[in-house]
Amino acid sequence: MAFPRPRPARAELPRQRVQSLQCGQGAVRAARFNADGNYCLTCGSDKTLKLWNPHKGTALRTYQGHGYEVLDAAGSFDNSQICSGGADKAVALWDVTTGQVVRKYRGHAGKVNCVQFNQEATVIVSGSIDSTVRCWDCRSRRPDPIQVLDEAKDGISSVKLSAHEILTGSVDGRVRRYDLRTGQLCSDYIGSPITSVCFSKDGQCVLAASLDSTLRLLDKDTGELLGEYTGHRSTTYRLDCVLNEQDTHVGCASEDGHVYFWDLLEGSLALSLPVGQGVVQSLAFHPSLPCLLVATQGQVTLWREDTFQPEGDPG
Amino acid sequence: AAVESGDSEEEDLVSYGSALQPLQEGERIKKPVPLQEQTVKDAKGRYQRFHGAFTGGFSAGYFNTVGTKEGWTPSAFVSSRQKRADRTILGPEDFMDEEDLSEFGIAPKDITTTDDFASKAKDRIKEKARQIAGVVAPIPGTTAFDDLIGPSKITIGVELLRKMGWKEGQGIGPRVKRKPCRQKPDPTVKIYGCALPPGLSEASEDEEDEYQPENVTFAPKDVMPIDLTPKENVHGLGYKGLDPSQALFGVAGREHLNLFTGGSEETSNLIGDLRHSKGRKLGITGQAFGVGALEEEDDDIYATDTLSKYDTVLKDEEPGDGLYGWTAPKQYKSKKRPEREFKYIGKVLAGFSLASKPSAPVKIYPPPSLPRNYRPVHYFRPVIVAGNENCHLQKALEESTGKLESDPTHQSRHALTAAQRREQLGEAELKGSPAPSILEYLSEKDRERLKEVKQASEKQMKAKVVSQQPRNSRFQSASPEDATHKWQMQLEAQLVNAGSSDFKPFAKNPEKQKRYENFVKSLKQGEKDALERFLDPTMTAWERGREHEEFFRAAIFYRSSNSTLSSRFTRAKYEDDVDKVEVPRDQENDIDDKETAVKMKMFGKLTRDNFEWHPDKLLCKRFNVRDPYPDSSVVGLPKVKRDKYSVFNFLTVTEPTTSVTQATSEKIQESNSLNKPKKSSRWDVSDKEQEKKDSISEFISLARSKADVQQQPAVPATEECGTVTTETLPTVVTDEDKNQEEESGRPPMDLFKAIFVSSSDEKSSSSEEESDEEQQPTTSERASETTKQVDVPDRSSSNIQGKSVTATTDAGNSSLPTSKQELDVPEEFGPKLPPAFSSGRFCKHLDRKEKHRKIRERHKTKKEHKHKKEKKKKHKKQKNKGKHKNKKPEKDSSSDTTDSSDSLSDMDTTGLSPKELLRR
Repeated sequence: MAFPRPRPARAELPRQRVQSLQCGQGAVRAARFNADGNYCLTCGSDKTLKLWNPHKGTALRTYQGHGYEVLDAAGSFDNSQICSGGADKAVALWDVTTGQVVRKYRGHAGKVNCVQFNQEATVIVSGSIDSTVRCWDCRSRRPDPIQVLDEAKDGISSVKLSAHEILTGSVDGRVRRYDLRTGQLCSDYIGSPITSVCFSKDGQCVLAASLDSTLRLLDKDTGELLGEYTGHRSTTYRLDCVLNEQDTHVGCASEDGHVYFWDLLEGSLALSLPVGQGVVQSLAFHPSLPCLLVATQGQVTLWREDTFQPEGDPG
Repeated sequence: AAVESGDSEEEDLVSYGSALQPLQEGERIKKPVPLQEQTVKDAKGRYQRFHGAFTGGFSAGYFNTVGTKEGWTPSAFVSSRQKRADRTILGPEDFMDEEDLSEFGIAPKDITTTDDFASKAKDRIKEKARQIAGVVAPIPGTTAFDDLIGPSKITIGVELLRKMGWKEGQGIGPRVKRKPCRQKPDPTVKIYGCALPPGLSEASEDEEDEYQPENVTFAPKDVMPIDLTPKENVHGLGYKGLDPSQALFGVAGREHLNLFTGGSEETSNLIGDLRHSKGRKLGITGQAFGVGALEEEDDDIYATDTLSKYDTVLKDEEPGDGLYGWTAPKQYKSKKRPEREFKYIGKVLAGFSLASKPSAPVKIYPPPSLPRNYRPVHYFRPVIVAGNENCHLQKALEESTGKLESDPTHQSRHALTAAQRREQLGEAELKGSPAPSILEYLSEKDRERLKEVKQASEKQMKAKVVSQQPRNSRFQSASPEDATHKWQMQLEAQLVNAGSSDFKPFAKNPEKQKRYENFVKSLKQGEKDALERFLDPTMTAWERGREHEEFFRAAIFYRSSNSTLSSRFTRAKYEDDVDKVEVPRDQENDIDDKETAVKMKMFGKLTRDNFEWHPDKLLCKRFNVRDPYPDSSVVGLPKVKRDKYSVFNFLTVTEPTTSVTQATSEKIQESNSLNKPKKSSRWDVSDKEQEKKDSISEFISLARSKADVQQQPAVPATEECGTVTTETLPTVVTDEDKNQEEESGRPPMDLFKAIFVSSSDEKSSSSEEESDEEQQPTTSERASETTKQVDVPDRSSSNIQGKSVTATTDAGNSSLPTSKQELDVPEEFGPKLPPAFSSGRFCKHLDRKEKHRKIRERHKTKKEHKHKKEKKKKHKKQKNKGKHKNKKPEKDSSSDTTDSSDSLSDMDTTGLSPKELLRR
């Protein structure tokens, strides 16, 4: 999708609520954009997974088949498949159009906290509270994972993939990065249980949110601390952290019902977005627009920058 | 006149009946109904029949019949399959009309009081008979149950009587006064008795009074009813069929039923079935069933009532029983049982006689009396192998125990060896037979050496005990020493076979290896303090002790493969793995210092662990990534085998792994820097940090164990604590060693690493060294290979400092190219050493405060660094290039100065490095 106007010199932050999706799925455990940001997935605690067009606010499809809460989902690059993981310890691969479960991968011993496709949607990487990360093959019919990354000493709370890396955040306080290209594992000790990790868009940094209410930006290669962002409250829940589309700000959900954004470089609090009363359960940032998806208390809201005109913007 | 007469006639006529109604015009006269068509119908309009099956004659004809012209209507077949259960038995009423059941029918039904509810008095005689029948019924007690369950059957008369005080079994009439009499066990058996003699009625007729209390007036006796139960079966008289309660439940069931019946035991006794009292549990017992396989006695199969049970002579005995010769068997059995064995000979089976006195009690056999000097403890005598050299010892032992006579010539034949026996027998020695001892296979020289070693070790053992005492006293932390010396002694004992020189545990450190070989040699020759001589005189006592330990461990570990027989046998290709466990080679080291680092926000090298990690091939394929280890079959983290029960696993858990990890990370950094050259400048910084980290951790450990500090008042050590043993060539100590260790991925060497590797940081000049090789495409291969536990790491190409790097020798792999100058293995074992810096650059007594200050400084620089980082991303390439340039000259410098030069080089890129700060 093309940008309607040239990228602004200064990154804008989403400050304006433009859509609100009443999901009707119980608590929304996760809200995720698809690869291009036109659609989103919401994972409900009522075992369903819903596909929305968040920009129009229309629900497109409901996917039923999980045996318990759906905790995370991700869409494939071509929007043809969805993977999801739930508290039923299963990782499911869905066909988007038919709404059927194509495959179910069982092997985790605990809740599956996070799932990710690799770039070509040939592998699903799932992290579970059983402290393993499992790489499932989507191409073959083998029921067991390609590889189990069991280096973590505690549950995996977050998994992210880049082209050749697997980034995991674990409750044992470590951010591990498995580099397939160089064949090494870098384990960065943070100390506090990690709730969420993500790569920066340029792939050079790693953002890690931990339960000491701190976000840390680490250099991916050396593990050095590039920035530290505090001000929010994250002591109990597995909350998401994001970087905005230009890597200029980092954002994190908070237990006080806000979403906080900090300037990446200066570490100063740039925005505190009051979203709701309850805990902000999940965050997703649009891959290319200053557009934020926030899940809280059973509803998902879409936030855009101030200058956004709901009619004129394609979405 | 006629008219008149006519009228008069009419008046004269007498008319009978009523006149028919005058016919109306045109009306036809009805025909009378013929007889066969005249029917009688009942009140409901149904045809009434006049005669039927129950009223005399049965006509099933067409008229007056039940059904149709055809008579009985055949009923259609209806399957009763589904309602088989509720099929009812038809009674006569089913074939009757309801008229028959009406008041005037043939079977009038009206509400009447049944017998059970009739208010007439109960037939007492019948009742009594019923009770008696219940007692002797096949299932005893059924009537008792009836009485319990059906109280409504008691008629009003009985009820009234009861209310008046009457009880069942009593007679009716005024109460009479009688003196209390003995209770008779059972009244019901009276039915079998003969008529009582009149004079004895007093004694015998109160049997019915069992319910009556004593010393009160008594109700008159009831008239004894006669058992009117008819004999309905064809059994013999008195035959009692199988009693299900006894057959199925044995005694227990019987006792249960006794609650209700009470008299059944007497009944059975009467019949003579005594077996129940035996307490048999289960089984079919009864008359006429013969003797089962499980029954021991077969004397009384059919319970015949023989004459021997009766008295044949009238005597005056038993005046107390009041029977005077009345010898009903039941009474004898029930009442006289205890005395019977002594008095009543006649009751015994024919052919037997009762013993005049009770049998003697079971004899108790006392245990055998013990000898006076017996002690209930068994002492195991040492087992002496009857060999030539042991003969005297054995004899001595035997004499001491007094077991053998001390005649030396008169040996027990068991003490003879085959050779001795052969001599005694005068036989010739077998030719070509296998040599009796494995020693025969040894060369003369080897045998002598063995003997030497044996003697030496014995001597040493003795000496060791003495010599350790003063040694320990030198150290304040003597406890580990104690422990180690204890097993040192054991090791020395085992060192008999140890010590051929074809293995080099310290191959990397030629000096040390030399010392080790000398040590082993001297050990074999029994020189206990040999090590003291060979140890580096510049070393501190603490270091010497450490090295001593180390050598012992090494000697023990390689004992098996270095036996003198090693030339005769092929070595096992691999070590025995039974007692090894697979552990990840690299482990995330302890988080203590990491915690500290995190608290100080010193992320980076301090908090990072780098491991070699092997992705699955398929995963690489799926990710479109070339397999970084195409030759490796390992998936995940490489694992090594460690001694499962190794002392080292317990003694130093964290340190060896730390060092290994660091070494690994270094290696990975090398490869990293090769793959991504732009990063190398950071590595340098990281190296500094790593060093710093080590010093920090050591300070932490220092704070933890003050004792160590005191132990080392002045350690002229190199900057690397692990190289304490190598003062002789301090400059040679480089990270090369660690890399070397790293490469020796084979299990034994890993074990060695676990033992000897220094926990401290090595500082890696290697990254710089590698960096200048980054253009070579092979280096990355090499790096990966070496981390992959390739058997023979060839590092010579990368050896900057001109040291030829040799493969570390495995115990079982002497074929490895072991070149001479091996690198020092810096040992770090036990408590962490305080940081020792050669040339006094760093005061090792730096206290914590100072350390923190430095850390703070470092942190400051870190912050600057952070800001730079953003820009750095864009300029990495250039920076790296600059760095590499900086590094090139460094490789010429000795390793001792490498770090400083590194830090210098860092300074121009990243400002003042914390390491540098620490240095100053």
